[in-house]
Amino acid sequence: MTMIETVTPPVTDRASDGSRAWRKMKANKSALFGLFIILFFTLLAIAAPILPVPDPLATSWSAIRKAPSAAHWLGTDDIGRDILSRMIFGARASLMAGVFSVAIAVGIGVPFGLVAGYFGGWVDIVISRVTEAFLAMPFLITAIALAAFLGPSLVNAMIAIGLSAMPIFVRLTRGQVLSVKTEDYVEGARSVGLGHLDIMLRYILPNVMPPIIVQATLTIATAIIAEASLSFLGLGQQPPAPSWGSMLNIAKNFLSQAPWMAMWPGAAIFLVVIGFNLLGDGLRDALDPREA
Amino acid sequence: MFAYIGKRLLLAIPTLLIISIFVFSLQKLLPGDPILALAGEERDPQLLEFLREKYRFNDPVVYQYFYWIGAVLRGDFGISLRTNQPVLELILEKLPVTLQLATMAMFFALIIGIPAGIIAAVKKNTWIDYLANLVALTGLSIPNFWLGIMLILLVSVNLGWLPASGYESLFVDPVRSLKTMIMPAFVLGNALAATLMRHTRSSMLTVLQADYIRTARAKGLSSQEVILSHSFRNALLPIVTLTALLFGELLAGAVLTEQIFTIPGFGKLIVDAVFNRDYAVVQGVVLCTALGFILMNLVADVLYVLLNPRMRAAL
Repeated sequence: MTMIETVTPPVTDRASDGSRAWRKMKANKSALFGLFIILFFTLLAIAAPILPVPDPLATSWSAIRKAPSAAHWLGTDDIGRDILSRMIFGARASLMAGVFSVAIAVGIGVPFGLVAGYFGGWVDIVISRVTEAFLAMPFLITAIALAAFLGPSLVNAMIAIGLSAMPIFVRLTRGQVLSVKTEDYVEGARSVGLGHLDIMLRYILPNVMPPIIVQATLTIATAIIAEASLSFLGLGQQPPAPSWGSMLNIAKNFLSQAPWMAMWPGAAIFLVVIGFNLLGDGLRDALDPREA
Repeated sequence: MFAYIGKRLLLAIPTLLIISIFVFSLQKLLPGDPILALAGEERDPQLLEFLREKYRFNDPVVYQYFYWIGAVLRGDFGISLRTNQPVLELILEKLPVTLQLATMAMFFALIIGIPAGIIAAVKKNTWIDYLANLVALTGLSIPNFWLGIMLILLVSVNLGWLPASGYESLFVDPVRSLKTMIMPAFVLGNALAATLMRHTRSSMLTVLQADYIRTARAKGLSSQEVILSHSFRNALLPIVTLTALLFGELLAGAVLTEQIFTIPGFGKLIVDAVFNRDYAVVQGVVLCTALGFILMNLVADVLYVLLNPRMRAAL
């Protein structure tokens, strides 16, 4: 038991790594700005039902394609729905799609990468070959094909995006495990007879997490664009439920009559994506031990 | 060198095999009777029987796969249920359109991304560098279909400078062809320009810190000579391979761009096929895109070896 304690990376080290990373994050203004954007949209998405905005599905034939005004701050769409309200409720679809599809990608990709890197041999060969094959398929094409065959819906779009993003996490985790598994503390854990699962989950996984967290943050940005793309193509969120991508899909038909319909949803996607990109870049700098 | 290319080609076989299994399995995701789904709106019993026979749906799945891949290897990707044309014929008809779009997009990406990357590296930590980084971050974060819509709004609807949609073959009317393609190509190339800028900057920064650059400066060479003749030539290596890889990405990125600008290319083909439930076309396009992607990976590897004297010597 004492042996394990001596070979385990001391908890205080990890804690100090964490606080050092947090200090660096706090000093990184652009990363904080990214975090602020994400929190802002997350709060909007959570608070949507209690905010004093009209029903996002309520149509009004007397308010078709009205320009922004005091009654409708961002204007109305082709069937008189309030764009601000649809934007706020649409944030739910975008953020959910970003987070859940990356959760699927991480949830499947990391265990496979862990197993491939840890066991090596034929397990590694099989997993790596399949991963390489999936990496050879362009992300959006895979997502479109999957969404097409699964059927158009937000849940299926999330599954499609998650599965398409999964190979990145397999490869990343595998590479990290290969460099960590020869460390002394892993050798020590093995020598005192700990099982493979214990070693993988308690000794290897925590030490390969930082780059996975960075990649996950950046992949949320990609997933949000992918969801918007699929919804734009009609393969994601289905009408009348609001999503930024499907709002743009309708808006493109009314560009000359109601340009405001196209401006806001795209600006929102852009802002959220830039938020996750800034946060991801900041996390990468903060968690990079070379910059300690 | 040929042995190296041969080895890389052999390595691509298992990758293609796995992709083919994935593409084949897509059919199995269809809810209900896959033949009914494959037939789309069509309910003619004769057609259903023909499809059941063609795809050997009464046989075990493994046999079905081998029949399917056998046909694919003979160039038979199936028949489009919408147009009754062979899928391969459809793909070959649409591919030149997308290749023109992708080539023009790459041109934009190169003429914007590389000079911006060089300037940002040379002017590191100045306002020029910060501005270039900000523009690159914007390019990476902006959804290209929104950028396309905004450009249509500004350039076509408000200013009336360029057509908002349509396509003309380069061989029929080159001027009109270029006019219809400029905006879509810029939209498609924009994110790539950002990626190229970031890589050129970091590649240049690495080279600019090398000893031989210090020596070149010490010898009294002009800044321009040091940057262009000594630094850029060496920094170019990773950029060339990246460009080959990104070209593969462009084929996929064209899906949305072609949709917005109504360009009848490869990307629009897959989207139309999805909505017409023309699954043989979807499968054919996915397979061909993956093949193109693998080919571009191979080109990137070969270029890397060709351009790197150390790698060339090791072969």
